[in-house]
Amino acid sequence: MSTHQISLSVNGEAVTREVEARTLLVHFIREHLELTGTHIGCDTTSCGACTVVLDGRPTKSCTVFAVQANGRTLETIESVAKGGKLHPVQEGFWEKHGLQCGFCTPGMIMTAKSLLEKNKQPTEMEIREGISGNICRCTGYNKIVEAIQYASAKLSEGA
Amino acid sequence: MIPAQFDYHAPKSLAEAIALLKQNAGSAKVLAGGQSLIPAMRFRLAQPEVLIDISGIAELEYLREQNGYLAIGALTRETALEESPLIAQRYPLLADTAKVVADPLVRQRATVGGNLAHADPANDHPATMLAYGARVIVRGPAGERSIDIDDFFTGLFASSMKEGEILTEIRVPVPRPNSSGAYVKIERKVGDYAVSAAAVQLELEQGVVKSVRIGLTNVNPSPLRAKEAETRLIGQALTEENLEAAGKLAAQACDPSADLRGSVEYKRDVTRVVLKRAVRLAQGRIEQSRIEHGRRGESSGQGRGNGAN
Repeated sequence: MSTHQISLSVNGEAVTREVEARTLLVHFIREHLELTGTHIGCDTTSCGACTVVLDGRPTKSCTVFAVQANGRTLETIESVAKGGKLHPVQEGFWEKHGLQCGFCTPGMIMTAKSLLEKNKQPTEMEIREGISGNICRCTGYNKIVEAIQYASAKLSEGA
Repeated sequence: MIPAQFDYHAPKSLAEAIALLKQNAGSAKVLAGGQSLIPAMRFRLAQPEVLIDISGIAELEYLREQNGYLAIGALTRETALEESPLIAQRYPLLADTAKVVADPLVRQRATVGGNLAHADPANDHPATMLAYGARVIVRGPAGERSIDIDDFFTGLFASSMKEGEILTEIRVPVPRPNSSGAYVKIERKVGDYAVSAAAVQLELEQGVVKSVRIGLTNVNPSPLRAKEAETRLIGQALTEENLEAAGKLAAQACDPSADLRGSVEYKRDVTRVVLKRAVRLAQGRIEQSRIEHGRRGESSGQGRGNGAN
């Protein structure tokens, strides 16, 4: 069965690897690239813990094959903080206590970051709808919404 | 779980994809957005030997009005429908539907063509396209065919597409004046399939129903058109009595199965309710657009927005 050489940009770096056709993107990220910030929660396309950004689209990386990322641009949670400085979304999660166990957090942050790139000042309802593909079993979401509102305010300030 | 092994091809054109499908007849599946097929492969419910990934074929991703219909390229993502001003303004039934397919992350990749080609009665677009009276364009080695949506779904996960054909376009008739539509879905939570949902495309004239088409989601082994309910409404005013009767006819006509989403009786009753709500919503939209157009129109029935339960 087929194996493929794929080349893609991962967090700004060019990467070339050999993959089996059936390798899921999330397994490629965690096991081949050893970037373990991206989590596997449900394995059923439900929870969003594995969310990454592929060519600008927030994507559940358990529901794409690695071979499909050939020639594309991949961003994972590891790319979000720059030069040791937290991204405003990460800062929001820190300041507003947007996590408890932290398992859903990488996916939440990737989704929230994409949401704010499209819509800098979302309403509370737009935030809740925007993160509705990401499941959190700890917080009850209120603190996550506050974290994203914090980031929204911070990003708008800078505009 | 990890999917079974397969050979992977990523054609760059439709012609190449059709040739590959012909070469691998009987062993290949077409991969579009992958949001149904990849989960099925992970569970090994699907184990194709060959996967033909059409998601890189740019010529299949478009959304435009032409020749009296809306042409939706098969690879159009749900997100593209959600973000389109044209869809928001002129195709409210389609806009409603796109917003409730799975969840926002899945909608980034999921395609309208895949939603139909999969022929899952739990998917949302089948009911919507039944309500629109859409046509499905498919292409294979023998050329192109246009299939009436009423002839498209032939059973559970079964359609009238033939081996070797690829769905390329969906054609939705441009809505006539004094018409509108709505999709009302009851789901347990975001991302779940519907308990039941109703897609309605309604046309009014002088306060009575000139035409109506109704599709139902996830309450039948194949996507269902509620013809008895349609017949009951045509030529009638949208009184509470007529609407209730139509809702009950649809509840009787469907054939849901009991599962974690509810019993058969419950799903039938939810069907009655969503049908009524969708008709009222469509009616409200027609009236709203009449007001916006500054026309002096007839009053079309009583009890708008009330008592739809």
